Amino acid sequence: MVHGELWTIKELFVYPNEYIYWSIQIVMYPFMTGLVAGAFVLSSLYHVFGIKQLKDMARFALVFSFALLFVAPIPIMLHLQFPFRGLEIFMTPHFTSAIAAFGVVFFTYGAIVASELWFLYRKHFVEVSLKLREKQDKTLSEWFQYLIFCSLTLGVYDISEEALHRDEKAIKILAGIGIPVACFLHGYAGFIFGSVKANALWMTPLMPVIFIMSAVVSGIALCMLTYIVTMEFKKFIASRRNEARGAFRSKEEIIGVEINVIRMTARYLVFFLVAAISLELLDLIFRTYTAVKSWDVLRSVIYERDFYDIFIMQYGIGNLIPLILFLIPGLTIRRSVLAVLLVIFGVFMMRWNVVIGGQAFSLSFAGYMHYHLPIIPHDWETFKEGLFGALSIFIMPFVLFWVIAKIFPVFPETEQTS
Amino acid sequence: MISRRNFLKTTAAGIAGITLPLAAFEIVDPRKLMAQEAKNPAKVRWVFLVDTYKCVGCGLCVKACKQENEIPYDANVTRTWVERYVLTKDGEISADTPKGARDGFTNSKIDLGQGKFKDIKKEDIDKAYFVPKLCNQCDNPPCVQVCPVGATYQTEDGVVLVDRKWCIGCGYCIMGCPYGVRFFHPVHHTAEKCNFCYHRISKGMKTACVDACPFGARLIGNIKDHNDPVTKIIMNERVGVLKEEYGTKPQVFYVGLSREVK
Amino acid sequence: MKNHVLRPLFVVMGIVALILLARLVVVPKDFGAHERGYMYGWHRKSDEQVWKDFKVKYQGKEYCQGCHTDKYDAINKTPHKIIQCENCHGPAVDHPSDPPKLEIDRSRAQCLRCHYPLPYPTSGRSKIRGIDPDKHNPDVECSNCHNPHNPMGGLK
Repeated sequence: MVHGELWTIKELFVYPNEYIYWSIQIVMYPFMTGLVAGAFVLSSLYHVFGIKQLKDMARFALVFSFALLFVAPIPIMLHLQFPFRGLEIFMTPHFTSAIAAFGVVFFTYGAIVASELWFLYRKHFVEVSLKLREKQDKTLSEWFQYLIFCSLTLGVYDISEEALHRDEKAIKILAGIGIPVACFLHGYAGFIFGSVKANALWMTPLMPVIFIMSAVVSGIALCMLTYIVTMEFKKFIASRRNEARGAFRSKEEIIGVEINVIRMTARYLVFFLVAAISLELLDLIFRTYTAVKSWDVLRSVIYERDFYDIFIMQYGIGNLIPLILFLIPGLTIRRSVLAVLLVIFGVFMMRWNVVIGGQAFSLSFAGYMHYHLPIIPHDWETFKEGLFGALSIFIMPFVLFWVIAKIFPVFPETEQTS
Repeated sequence: MISRRNFLKTTAAGIAGITLPLAAFEIVDPRKLMAQEAKNPAKVRWVFLVDTYKCVGCGLCVKACKQENEIPYDANVTRTWVERYVLTKDGEISADTPKGARDGFTNSKIDLGQGKFKDIKKEDIDKAYFVPKLCNQCDNPPCVQVCPVGATYQTEDGVVLVDRKWCIGCGYCIMGCPYGVRFFHPVHHTAEKCNFCYHRISKGMKTACVDACPFGARLIGNIKDHNDPVTKIIMNERVGVLKEEYGTKPQVFYVGLSREVK
Repeated sequence: MKNHVLRPLFVVMGIVALILLARLVVVPKDFGAHERGYMYGWHRKSDEQVWKDFKVKYQGKEYCQGCHTDKYDAINKTPHKIIQCENCHGPAVDHPSDPPKLEIDRSRAQCLRCHYPLPYPTSGRSKIRGIDPDKHNPDVECSNCHNPHNPMGGLK
């Protein structure tokens, strides 16, 4: 069977070779990249602009961004017909292609995040490795741990006040460079779509900007969600400890910290959400007003065929409802969890409506294609191009975060207790 | 103690250090290229001419193409295809291309997809005709521009080819083509497209579809050769191209092109 | 070590150097920006030859003429002379060595490609005589009665 035939249904006049070639993994790709960029921008708000209330969140967001970073290229790899040839992007890059820039931008960005993390956690690496060095009769796992932490110090064991001060400066500079690079990383993901002149829905210079805004929205939202979940877990631990012995931090204290951070972060989220919606509406208004050749088919896709996905799922449930939830005064944790979940869903729907919606009509402008997401996998192809492939990608960063958090302790408390 | 200025300085120096070896692996020297172009300009530029008045929609070109170029016969993709346009008195345009017209048009009903057909009465038809389609071998091929690894390229004589050993299968070229001529090969899984039967034209033969067409609706020629009959038609008569607005500079020319053609 | 700040940069430079080294090994020697420049001509030069060496299957009617002179001459006297032998007889490839026998398409569908009547005013199709396949001897191959090499020569 031809690639794409399985999940494409054609209607009216469609060219014979047209199928929905860019399917669910290409929806996941900008979605995940957006989360990376968004999480980084959030962490930079503290490091660069010194927004003190975000201190707890900043550290957390940076580590999470690092975990997401490893997952971001996986959907695009899975989507390739030859995943292992993907390395050719580094070998023979053709920079007139937006995808070729991926290698360079992604690598640069990864280097910045990794360096920033190194400076942030250098003290911790040195402390752990020194402690392990002194320890006699190490177990095998401790030897392993010792090796990892030793190499992570990159041979620098100087943790004097002066050296740490220099680290802080480096972090600030890296975070500063990181913001434009993060925006570039995601803006370029928007450029991949926005520059396809053959696709009437994708081709708009606003695409990169829209992508950046929604990226920041989704990144902040996911950080808030993960932050809340982690804090709830801590609360649970703290309340149990309280019963056992006097804890270093009471449950009430944690709640106090938590709601303050959440309210502060929510304010930024709302700001970027409004910016994203405004840009998307501007694009829609502009298309309606100019009504070029492709508008007839686009209108029928936007207002008729995909109306439910765009206006109910994306703008309604994904944007409007969370906006109202955030703007009602007296934001509670429970309300923000709901709002944040809806925001993440909304951004996912936006990616869906761009990627799948852009292929919902034929290049002939006289026919349509419907996408049917494979649900039950019966071979590798239907797995990776189906619901479970997408879910695996979504779960991966959380698993990775759990692993990485063992090396980069996310909350100061864990450092104290360990 | 390192000051911020020093840090920036060393960073800048470091970046310069990285980029230097990159320059050593130079990708292209534009001056060298320009000189080469000026010295010996290409003598051949393949172009295609389609006469839509002559086409009867028999689809023998599609049949021949699929067999000549080893595109699985029953796979629903094809390097070339034929479209049918029917204009009725109420101003409505109906178009279809069942199986890319591999088996021709042996039904007067228009295929609407999903098993639906539209019956058009003979007396309602104002005009109706067939339009063969194939790769336009554009002068500005957007499919080549967007290939991230250099797996698709244009030869000196203007034909766009795909390197089956280098293609990573990202599908960006398929998305980038406004004409929908590209697809994934069902067997090789790499991007696939019409290449004017490059193995034939480079041996002095005609393309399989040109040979197979009984009515002379398809012709291939060299636009750099002023004595070529195809060049003469393109230069002296009124011909059109498809989707000019995309700026691709398509090199498949059509006689009798009409506004309804998508 | 005073300049520990630069350590991550060294790591990055090491990785970049590794990639550049890998390029030297992995990238084929003939890969480069050829005639059409970097934008349109960035490719592996030897792939052009790969395509030029692709197997030719349709040989053209002159290829048939040498051995099947009688058939060639016969059909050339009829309106069907415009049809290539291989359109019905299939691609010759290396016939007669490979394949020794060609598979002939005698199906009604093959004839209907042209002879299904479509009265399209601005197309050559309307000038070809057609039959209604549902009424004109359905279930019988056309060549049972008509000789495709001599369509105007009356029924068999």
